[in-house]
Amino acid sequence: MLSVTNLTMRFGGLTAVDDLTFQARAGEVTAVIGPNGAGKTTVFNCVTGFYRPSSGTIEVAHADGSRFRLERMAGHLIASRGKIARTFQNIRLFAGMTVLENLLVAQHNALMAATGFGVMAVLGLGGYRAAEQAGIEKARYWLERIGLVDRANDPAGSLPYGAQRRLEIARAMCIDPELLCLDEPAAGLNPRESEALNQLLLGIRDGGCSLLLIEHDMGVVMRISDHIVVLDRGRKISDGTPAEVRADPAVIAAYLGEGEDA
Amino acid sequence: MMAALRDAFLSAVIALGLFVPMVGLVLDNGDRGLVLRGRPIAAAVLVGLVFVGRLVMHLWADRPGKEARTIRASKIVPKAANRFVAPILLAAAVLLPLTGSRYYVDLGTLVLTYVMLGWGLNIVVGLAGLLDLGYVAFYAVGAYSYALLAEHFGLGFWICLPLAGIMAAFWGVLLGFPVLRLRGDYLAIVTLAFGEIIRVLLINWVSLTHGPNGITDIPRPTLFGLRFSMDDGDDTVAGFFGIEAETIHRVIFLYYLILALALLTNWVTLRLRRLPLGRAWEALREDEIACRSLGINVTTTKLTAFATGAMFAGFAGAFFATRQAFISPESFTFIESATVLAIVVLGGLGSQLGVALAALVMVGGLEMLRDLLSTVGEQMGSEWFSGLAGDLPTYRMLIFGLALVVMMVLRPRGLVSGRTATAEMR
Repeated sequence: MLSVTNLTMRFGGLTAVDDLTFQARAGEVTAVIGPNGAGKTTVFNCVTGFYRPSSGTIEVAHADGSRFRLERMAGHLIASRGKIARTFQNIRLFAGMTVLENLLVAQHNALMAATGFGVMAVLGLGGYRAAEQAGIEKARYWLERIGLVDRANDPAGSLPYGAQRRLEIARAMCIDPELLCLDEPAAGLNPRESEALNQLLLGIRDGGCSLLLIEHDMGVVMRISDHIVVLDRGRKISDGTPAEVRADPAVIAAYLGEGEDA
Repeated sequence: MMAALRDAFLSAVIALGLFVPMVGLVLDNGDRGLVLRGRPIAAAVLVGLVFVGRLVMHLWADRPGKEARTIRASKIVPKAANRFVAPILLAAAVLLPLTGSRYYVDLGTLVLTYVMLGWGLNIVVGLAGLLDLGYVAFYAVGAYSYALLAEHFGLGFWICLPLAGIMAAFWGVLLGFPVLRLRGDYLAIVTLAFGEIIRVLLINWVSLTHGPNGITDIPRPTLFGLRFSMDDGDDTVAGFFGIEAETIHRVIFLYYLILALALLTNWVTLRLRRLPLGRAWEALREDEIACRSLGINVTTTKLTAFATGAMFAGFAGAFFATRQAFISPESFTFIESATVLAIVVLGGLGSQLGVALAALVMVGGLEMLRDLLSTVGEQMGSEWFSGLAGDLPTYRMLIFGLALVVMMVLRPRGLVSGRTATAEMR
């Protein structure tokens, strides 16, 4: 699915990610964990095209067999062609627009294709009306899954925090991604919301979309991940199933600090 | 009560500081050059008005049952405004020439030109959130495109109108490219500079634009090939319809022309808003990074906003050229950009109705105020206000500025705030 090979990212003299290699397999939830400042978000930004890596390759393989080299693609193409969607650590919804509009903006490229370069649709010709109706139905499907159908016509900024988190995930899913990258999706959620989020994420995985997530909440990570990559100071220190990672002395040392005599 | 008095007194002191130089002192032509005259009574009256006004404001604000009232008002206005005000305004605009008054039709034409510019800029600033301080440049490009095409190639207005729009859109894209990465203040500075560059270019490229002399004898528009002219030829409107030739025919024709152009701008904008492109513009205003993460090409989206906005300014420019029959770089100074931007901000960013209302108030209202003040000035020829009466119209900018400040205090988000959703789920 996603192969990151020898990825290095330097900011001036600081090496945030150092020669990192890992894979996220199709149909699995892969978690990237590590202490603060380990370089998790930097990896994320490289994968989703917000940073251009200093060196290394990032390759994504779709279910239909097509392959894309992400480190060379323009930012918006990673989402539209590479089919990689992401959410943000600090929620980035279009706060002034309604919930439904947020989900329609996410389908921009599909809907735009139906407008005939805009001219046809301005004149009311072509099949745009049907395309928009299909877009609204898709939005309804996702709103039903996150339980926000009745808030569809409210401004996104007026939703409670937990609902905004779910909406951001639904919006990302509206681009029909092959890989969904989540930056701390459980941050700030209460235990009940957190459990609902787990169910949503597992449902998305079972729907055929692979997941890559950064998370601090170990409860979420251990319960839903199939595969965990542990970073510390920009390097990979462990890689394996939740059980393997939990037992790895290097991970324990990174999280709890190394003993005085070690 | 003491607090109110104290505050009113402080306001009066500030008013004293403001009005003594602005109203209390006046320069006159004396025997030997300028002489300084005092006008203490007028200044004192104004200071007194501020004192009393401030006191009344305090008493008004402290009256019981005020809270409920303000909340209700702010909720109702936009919906009612959208439903009733817009059709009434449109009907008034269509019926205005029936008054037969050249003054009103001319004023209406001026107002509608600004309405159209405001609606065009609303696409760039209100929808896409790109602060453009050089919008007048596209207006100039449109006007000069038509003037030069007519001068050198003898093309008529109706052929040049789309060409002027295309030229302006082209320059919009040209400006768009270098400023793609800029936001907010930085974008404002670059667009401001662009506006000045175009104006300076028009002044100095004398061989093409005739520099500060401008271009004269720009052809007037025709009605399906019929000229508006005082001679009674068969190819004139008057001759063809067999009516008496009058200059007001052309004035009214120009009025309906700009009305149609403005409504076209409005219609296209309203359509685009409900299409993916318009939604992408608004999303861009809300969060550019999120747009990129959703696969929206931020570059082309911004460029289309610049190009569409510029195109309508180009249309308006071609209209301006054909209406005036004379253009010079002086018509395209920064103050024009500022006026149009003020119309958009005052009207409420993104609100079509608000922009129309704001243009009516800012352009039409200012003219009306001038007339009102001269009438009032003639009425009060009293000794007390010695000399103030005749000067009254010159204070219209002062009054206008005050009105803007009051307006921004009362409705900080513009005359018509709040947006309508572009899609609904039932």
